[in-house]
Amino acid sequence: MISVQNLSYVTAGKRILDDLSLDIAPGQVTALIGPNGAGKSTLLALMARLLRPDNGRITLDGLDVHRTATADIAKRLAILRQEQAPLGRLTVRDLVAFGRFPHHRGRPTAEDHLKIDTALDQLALSDLAGRFVDTLSGGQKQRVLIAMVLCQNTDVVLLDEPLNNLDPAQVRVVMDAVDHMARDLGKTVIVVLHDLNHAARHATRVIALKHGRLFAEGPAGSVLAETPLSQLYETAFDVLTHNARPMVVAR
Amino acid sequence: MTPRATFASLCCLLALLSVASLLVGAQGIAPTDLLFDPQARHLFLAGRLPRTLAVILTGASLAVAGLIMQILARNRFVEPATAGTAQSAALGIVVLTLAAPGLPMIAQMAGATLAALTGTAVFLVMVSRLPVQQPMLVPLTGLVYGGVIGAAVTFLAYENDLLQFVDTWINGEFSAIVRGRYEMLWIAGLAAALAYLAADQLTIVGLGRDAAVNLGLGYRQVMALGLLAVSVVTAITVVTVGMIPFVGLVVPNIVSRLQGDNLRQALPRVALAGAVLVLGCDLLGRLLRYPHEIPVGTVLGVIGAGVFLWLLNVRPRHAG
Repeated sequence: MISVQNLSYVTAGKRILDDLSLDIAPGQVTALIGPNGAGKSTLLALMARLLRPDNGRITLDGLDVHRTATADIAKRLAILRQEQAPLGRLTVRDLVAFGRFPHHRGRPTAEDHLKIDTALDQLALSDLAGRFVDTLSGGQKQRVLIAMVLCQNTDVVLLDEPLNNLDPAQVRVVMDAVDHMARDLGKTVIVVLHDLNHAARHATRVIALKHGRLFAEGPAGSVLAETPLSQLYETAFDVLTHNARPMVVAR
Repeated sequence: MTPRATFASLCCLLALLSVASLLVGAQGIAPTDLLFDPQARHLFLAGRLPRTLAVILTGASLAVAGLIMQILARNRFVEPATAGTAQSAALGIVVLTLAAPGLPMIAQMAGATLAALTGTAVFLVMVSRLPVQQPMLVPLTGLVYGGVIGAAVTFLAYENDLLQFVDTWINGEFSAIVRGRYEMLWIAGLAAALAYLAADQLTIVGLGRDAAVNLGLGYRQVMALGLLAVSVVTAITVVTVGMIPFVGLVVPNIVSRLQGDNLRQALPRVALAGAVLVLGCDLLGRLLRYPHEIPVGTVLGVIGAGVFLWLLNVRPRHAG
């Protein structure tokens, strides 16, 4: 389980996160929502030890992520960031295979290869396995990166806006993978989403951040309601019901 | 071409060029002379063989150093000879020669390595602050930075009557290589070979800091290791044979286009191709004005610049 305690983060004189405390429910999809600049990406980066907090701490199963050996954390937690650096000329299979690196440290076993094949299959990438990633489209690249995270096979998976620039079909493949990770593999998935309907459809719990503080937290149905959303984004919403799930429409 | 076929053809090419390099020279040596003529045998063992080995070691290790440098700077268009590493090494030797003349070669080497390390670290810090959207700023910064350090070297040497020495470090050539004068290059070769042990780590670092941390890598440690390898290789080659431009630039770029950036496959091919390129250019320099020689640095300057311009214009195709 992930627990955030009194977390503060300041950059360039701006307080991005302000004394934030929250717990993440294990084995479920938690959506992280909030207006731009609320601190969602920063929170994910701090959880993944890509940034160091100015104050407070984050524990994963009781281990402080900033004080535990990074190689150990890599076996328990994986992150997909919003802006990925250029990937270079690696084949799809080679890149996905690096997701296994924390486990085999350079000596892949038959089990590692099996996990790689499964991940490629799950993200519908088997036909592209031999292609160089720099020849892929944006959506294909994103699927490769999700497959890499899946391959890393960690208890906790952090996804920062994984649906950016994807067409509806690619969105479905990615969100199916997200559902699969939580439902079938029992992983704890924390995903930053801007489209509230994706949150409504896939997340069990929703955490809303505003100005670096916790604004609301709870089951998807209670946070994705007219009053909290209108206050969170300072704009009016209608929330309808579609297939027994909330459906959010800007008023 | 499949990776295996590339590897095999590079090996054959290197073997052919090595034989040619062993046989070509101002005085002809036929293979049979080695058995019966002690003077020919001496010439072969003390001159031809060391020279050929020196060329191979230099070419292979410089190409590998170029590749590592490109990973450290996260830019395809830098190499130690154009980004201040080689110039810093030369500055280190000049300062050491002035401050403590008559030091043994090994101490000079250590001083050159330390200077190369410092110079490269400063370069990496400088380019890490450049905007990512402008990749060409990195090699430009390197050229200016290397130029400034190179000017300092020339100035110091001019003031102290050392220009002749500086010339041997700046203009790479192998004509003075004999037994006893090239053995340090084995250390450069070893440093390049050790990089292979960290092939996966270096590939991951090439994906960026976030990716490296996410996969549980000590990003700084791998960077430091790469920096050390680049500095050792550059300093040793500058001291023993002089600066050789473009090897570290064009070879990794060509290999990347053909086989990609997975260093497990790329590193051995980069090393082989580097050896082939420098050996080919050295042979060319020996044959063009036979029995006189053109320094390999000059030959590579012409050929390398041509290949580099071609590389800049022919970008690999991207699918939409």
